[in-house]
Amino acid sequence: MSDELEILKEVTDQDYKYGFVTDIESDVAPKGLTEDTVRLISKKKNEPKWLLDWRLKAFRHWETLNQAPQWAHVKYPEINFQDIIYYAAPKKKPELESLDEVDPELLKMYDKLGISLEEQKKLSGVAVDVVLDSVSVKTTFTKKLKELGIIFCSFSEAVQEYPELVKQYLGTVVPYTDNFYATLNSAVFSDGSFCYIPKGVRCPMELSTYFRINEANTGQFERTLLIADEDAYVSYLEGCTAPIRDENQLHAAVVELVAHKGAVIKYSTVQNWYPGNKDGVGGIYNFVTKRGICKGDHSKISWTQVETGSAITWKYPSVILKGDYSVGEFYSVAVTNNHQQADTGTKMLHIGKNTMSTIISKGISGGFSNNSYRGLVRIGKNAHNARNFSQCDSLLLGDRCGAHTFPYIETSNKTAVVEHEATTSKVGEDQIFYCNQRGLDTEQAIGMIVNGYCKEVMKQLPMEFAVEAQKLLSISLEGSVG
Amino acid sequence: MLSVKDLKASVEETAILKGINLEVKAGEVHAIMGPNGSGKSTLASVLAGREEYDVTGGSATFDGEDLLEMSPEDRARKGMFMAFQYPVEIPGVNTTNFLRTSLNEVRKFNGLEPLNGADFLKLMKEKMNVIEIDKSLTTRSVNEGFSGGEKKKSEIFQMAILEPKLAILDETDSGLDIDALRIVAEGVNRLKSSDNATVIITHYQRLLDYIVPDFVHIIYDGRIVKSGGKDLALTLEEKGYDWIKEEFGEMTEA
Ligand SMILES: Nc1ncnc2c1ncn2[C@@H]1O[C@H](COP(=O)(O)OP(=O)(O)OP(=O)(O)O)[C@@H](O)[C@H]1O
Ligand SMILES: [Mg+2]
Repeated sequence: MSDELEILKEVTDQDYKYGFVTDIESDVAPKGLTEDTVRLISKKKNEPKWLLDWRLKAFRHWETLNQAPQWAHVKYPEINFQDIIYYAAPKKKPELESLDEVDPELLKMYDKLGISLEEQKKLSGVAVDVVLDSVSVKTTFTKKLKELGIIFCSFSEAVQEYPELVKQYLGTVVPYTDNFYATLNSAVFSDGSFCYIPKGVRCPMELSTYFRINEANTGQFERTLLIADEDAYVSYLEGCTAPIRDENQLHAAVVELVAHKGAVIKYSTVQNWYPGNKDGVGGIYNFVTKRGICKGDHSKISWTQVETGSAITWKYPSVILKGDYSVGEFYSVAVTNNHQQADTGTKMLHIGKNTMSTIISKGISGGFSNNSYRGLVRIGKNAHNARNFSQCDSLLLGDRCGAHTFPYIETSNKTAVVEHEATTSKVGEDQIFYCNQRGLDTEQAIGMIVNGYCKEVMKQLPMEFAVEAQKLLSISLEGSVG
Repeated sequence: MLSVKDLKASVEETAILKGINLEVKAGEVHAIMGPNGSGKSTLASVLAGREEYDVTGGSATFDGEDLLEMSPEDRARKGMFMAFQYPVEIPGVNTTNFLRTSLNEVRKFNGLEPLNGADFLKLMKEKMNVIEIDKSLTTRSVNEGFSGGEKKKSEIFQMAILEPKLAILDETDSGLDIDALRIVAEGVNRLKSSDNATVIITHYQRLLDYIVPDFVHIIYDGRIVKSGGKDLALTLEEKGYDWIKEEFGEMTEA
C-alpha cells in the first residue's frame, strides 16, 4: 500500500535497542513459592518478626486465591507461579562511598543506556537509588538529604534503620489483601525504595530510582513506600529498562504513597521494559499496583507515566482523595507496538469534600497491539462538590491495532461534577504528507506528531526526564529508516 | 526548472489528470485557473509527491532530475514548496519548532550547518516583517485553531523562511481579506528572483493584479486546454468557463 503503511510496519518491526545481559554473580533462591521461600527471603534480609508475620499472612491469603485476575483486556498464557525464582541478589553487597566503587559492569550497563550515573550526578543533581535485581547497590546524595531530615534509601535498609516508620505505613494504602499480585508482592517482595519527607520540608532535588531486571526467570517484586509529612513536597522519578529475554518475566510491584495535610507528591514514571520481539515472543509482564492516599486536607498526589515497554502492562495508579480539598492527578502516555498489550488507567476515589481530580490519558497503538484505558471515578456520598475531569484520547498508527476505553463513573453525591471526554484518531496521511512537504521524512513526522499529541502529559515531567521520555517515544516509534 | 510532459494520474482507478504539459522556467510566474474539480490541486499534489495519487503516465523533471522518482521530502529539500489549499492542523507541535526542524532538514540536505535557536529567531523576525504575520501564531501549534486566512498567511510565512526554488500556491488567495491579500502578494513579489519560479493556482483575477503572471493556463477536466498571457485571466473573469466547456467539453467526453 502506501509508504506510510510501510513505514508504520517498519516502526512496528523495530528491534529492542537495550538488549544485553550483565554478568553479575547472583545469589538465587530455588524455584517455586512455599512458606519456606517466604521465610528464606525474610531471613536473608534479616527482618524483624512483625515483618515476617506480615509476609506470612499475605502468603496464606495468596494461597486462598486460586487464580490471577481475568478482567483486564489482555491475553497471555497462564503463569506457573511455581516456576519462578522469588529471590536473587548480588552475592557481595557492596557498601560504597563513591561511584568509583560501583561495579564497572554496572556502570557499563548504564553507559549503554545513556544514563551514566556520573553524568546524572554531575549534571542534574539527581540522587539516584539504583535497584539492581532487587538489592540496592548504591544510594547517592543520602547525606545531603539527611541534613534536611529526608530519608531516601532501599526498602531493606529502611526496615533495619527506621522500622517504626515502615511498620506504621506498610500496607496502609495497598493492603496485602488488595489483589492477587499485590498479595503476592506482599509475601515475597525483595526490595525497593523508601522515602520519607518530614514536616514542612521541600525536597530540593528530584529523587530518582532506576529499576532494572537482570536475572533470568526472576520475578521482580519491588516495593516502594513514600511518605510526605505535613506540608512537605517531593518529586519522585522512576525509570527502567531491561535486557532481552526469551521467557516472559513477571513483574509485580507495589507502590504506596501517603500525603499528609498540605503535602504534595509528584510521582513520574518512564517504563521501557523489554516488550517482546516483533512476533510477540518474550517481554515483561508488568502487573503493578500503585496507589496513593491524600490523607490530609489540601494534599495533592500527581501521577505521570510514560509507558512504552513490557509485553503486557496492567497498571492503574490511583488516588484516594480522603482529605478535604485534596487533589489527585493522572497524566499518562501509553505506547504499544507489535503484539504489546496495555490495560492501564487510574482510579480516583473521592471521599473528602471539595476534592478534585484530573485524568489525562493518551494511548498510542501501532502494529497488532492493543491499548486499553480503564478508569474509575467514584464519588462517595460525603464528597460534596467533588469534581473530576477526564480526557482519554487514543491515537492509532495503522489499522491492525486496537484502542479501547472503559470509563466507569460511580456517583453517590448529587453535588459532584464529573466530566468525561474521549477521542480516537488516526495519524492522518495528510498530516504526514504536510510534514514531508516541509522536508521531514515520515519517521520524523510520526515522531513529531506523536510527541505533539502527548504534549499535555510530557510537559508534566521534570525537564531531564522529559527529554529522556521524548527520546523513548521516538525510539519506540522509530523504524530502521535512516 | 519544471518540465511536465503528458502527465496522467488517477485515484483509485479514476483518471483525474489526463495529460498535463507544463514548462516553468526560472524567473517566471505561471497562473493556473480552471473550474472546481478540474484537477488543479491534484496537479499540485502529484508534483509534491502525494502517495494517494497513482501516476499512470507521462513524466516530470525538476532541475533536470526525475521528479516522480523522488520522495516527497526530497522534493521539498530540493526546493519545491507547496502552499496547501487546506493546511492541516498538527496539534501540540509548536509552529516555531516545526519551522526550524523543517528549515534545518532542508539545510542539512544541501550541506549547510543547521541554524541555532538565536539565528533562527532572527530569521523569523526578518521574515515576519515581510509577511506581517502575527507573532502569536508562531508560538501556537501548527495551524491549530488558525482562521482560514491565518492558515494561508502561515503557509506564505513558511515559504518565506524556506526560500524555495519553485513555489506552488494552491488558492492561497481564497480566504484572505483585502489587506492580507495585498500583503501576501507583496511578500510573494519580494521573494521573487530570477532564480526561482512561482505557480499560482487561483480562481480570481484579483490576485493577478498584484502578482502579474507571465503565463496563464486553463485546466479543464484534467488537461491544460488553453494557455496565454495575463489577458487570458481577464477574459475568464469576463466570460466565465462556459465557452471553455463548449469548446472542449466534447473533446474530453470522447
Ligand atoms: N483523493 C481523492 N479521492 C477521490 N477523488 C479525488 C481525490 N482527489 C481528487 N479527487 C477528485 O478529482 C477531481 C479534481 O480534484 P482537485 O482537488 O484537483 O480539483 P481542483 O481543480 O483543485 O478544484 P477546486 O477549484 O475546487 O479546488 C475532483 O473531482 C475530485 O473530487
Ligand atoms: Mg483545489
